[in-house]
Amino acid sequence: MNIIVCVKRVPLTQEVDLEIDPKKNEVRKEMLAYAINEWDNYAVEEAVRLKEKFQGDVTAITIGDEDDEEVLRRCLAMGADRALRIDPGALDLDAFVISKILAEVIGNLEYDLILTGVQTDDMNNGAVGIMLAEHLGVAHAAVVIGIEPEANGVKLRLELEGGTDEVSTIKLPAVLSIQTGINEPRYVSIMGIRKAAKKELRVTPADALHLSPDDLSPRTRIEAVFFPPETAGAEIIDGDPATIAGRILRIIKEKGGRV
Amino acid sequence: MGEIFVVVEHRKGEVREITYQMLHKADQLCRELSDDLTAIVMGGKDDVPLNEVAKRADRVIAVEDERVKDFNADLYKETLKELIEEHRPLLTLMAHSAYGMDLAPSLSIQTGYPLATDCVDVLIEDGRLKVLRQIYAGKLFSKVSFKDSKGYLITVREGAFPPEAGGKRRGELTRQGLPADLPEPRKQFVAFEDAGAGEVDISQAELLVSVGRGIGEKENVAILEELAERMGGTLSCSRPVVDKNWLPKYHQVGTSGKTVKPRVYLAFGISGAFQHIAGIAGAGTVIAVNKDKKAPIFRVADYGVTEDLFKIVEALKTELAK
Repeated sequence: MNIIVCVKRVPLTQEVDLEIDPKKNEVRKEMLAYAINEWDNYAVEEAVRLKEKFQGDVTAITIGDEDDEEVLRRCLAMGADRALRIDPGALDLDAFVISKILAEVIGNLEYDLILTGVQTDDMNNGAVGIMLAEHLGVAHAAVVIGIEPEANGVKLRLELEGGTDEVSTIKLPAVLSIQTGINEPRYVSIMGIRKAAKKELRVTPADALHLSPDDLSPRTRIEAVFFPPETAGAEIIDGDPATIAGRILRIIKEKGGRV
Repeated sequence: MGEIFVVVEHRKGEVREITYQMLHKADQLCRELSDDLTAIVMGGKDDVPLNEVAKRADRVIAVEDERVKDFNADLYKETLKELIEEHRPLLTLMAHSAYGMDLAPSLSIQTGYPLATDCVDVLIEDGRLKVLRQIYAGKLFSKVSFKDSKGYLITVREGAFPPEAGGKRRGELTRQGLPADLPEPRKQFVAFEDAGAGEVDISQAELLVSVGRGIGEKENVAILEELAERMGGTLSCSRPVVDKNWLPKYHQVGTSGKTVKPRVYLAFGISGAFQHIAGIAGAGTVIAVNKDKKAPIFRVADYGVTEDLFKIVEALKTELAK
């Protein structure tokens, strides 16, 4: 089973005070730390597990600049066989353009499955994988939390809302968008990344692809970003831990809790 | 006069609440644009109750076929593409749900209409359609505009709009079948399964002690579990805790877990992704402990503590022992 997995390097924004760029349509990124998009990490792990069980190989692909190669090296350390970076240069990227670029590259590769994360932590579109499937004309499924190859395709478990799962079958080739929690991604050590340095990491510039100006024209554009409007918000309880704890217990009692 | 489409989302013969939320927003937009509101329902024959939908739409197009009794992106996409080509709606609203995430991007490619996903508002500014959406895990909002097109597709975040009917609409019902000559779908529904049955029912608890990613590691779950026990509360958690296998799924609060309504919800190390916050809308009082002063949970909490959560846990245990 040959698998392609699409990944993205995203800024870590938890416990960080974000600042808005002077252009007002992006955050200031120079101070932020980056990591592989959490959903993609599960997708890579799933691809590697499927390969280990059913043979075949895994190709990791990202669209990004040289700094983004660190997530590809991480994928190689996790067990991907080769990696490909598509350099977008100065292209303006939205979900549509990203899916077009990926389709152009992946259309020339051999694959049974293409895995993406359900969404990215930064732009939160949740659209690239399924758009990619549509460009390629292959089957697709979203929010996948279980993959079991069968004789004529794959049995899937999908996560619906409200604690309900859907079991379905899908024909290959297919694009699946992977939800967090589908597996436990393996730990990646510095040594592992060093060892994987021997594996192939190819770079293709996006402008070498056969894409028309319309293919590269974003369908959506962020005009402005802004912080959520101020709300009354929480009353912050200050003091030393004992004072805070006392106050919390009093609040619980006031609200009818038996503590 | 133009048209706005709302794709009705239903499951197991029930219209899902997000449908009424989309119809509410569509009603508002239709008034602003003097457009007609058309609800599209795809389902088995007489499978989906349409009364409430009909009150909220000028026209209901029921596409009935046993092949779409349960959601199927391939068949939905082909059918909607035909309906969109026939009616040319300016805007088609779909749910940002597991179904909508499978359907909308493929419909966007098929129709050539631009798509914005997971939108929390839809605006008309200077005659142009724009949307608001959250980015960077809810820490920022973005205002997004579209490339010019004959029509636009939008998926709507659950809970972004109220479900109440905005006005009375005439609800003309037409029934039709699936388009002819559809290829056999590549994905086939097999069954629904309950994901979260377990030994604890957090949805009935009066006091929830809830843990998130901020507790750091699996070993720390026991510390919070002990606190929950001593307080006479029930242990619950946010999604990352289940994803990391620190606790079983039946402890999970949120849209993909359980909706809870305790008198008091005490959250430790939970940042407050919207999927989580949607699950605690019915909680009486929310007390959140999190070191990140900008964590979204403080926007919905009644009380906040920005101290190290373990110090607070220890202090609570000491106070309780007195």
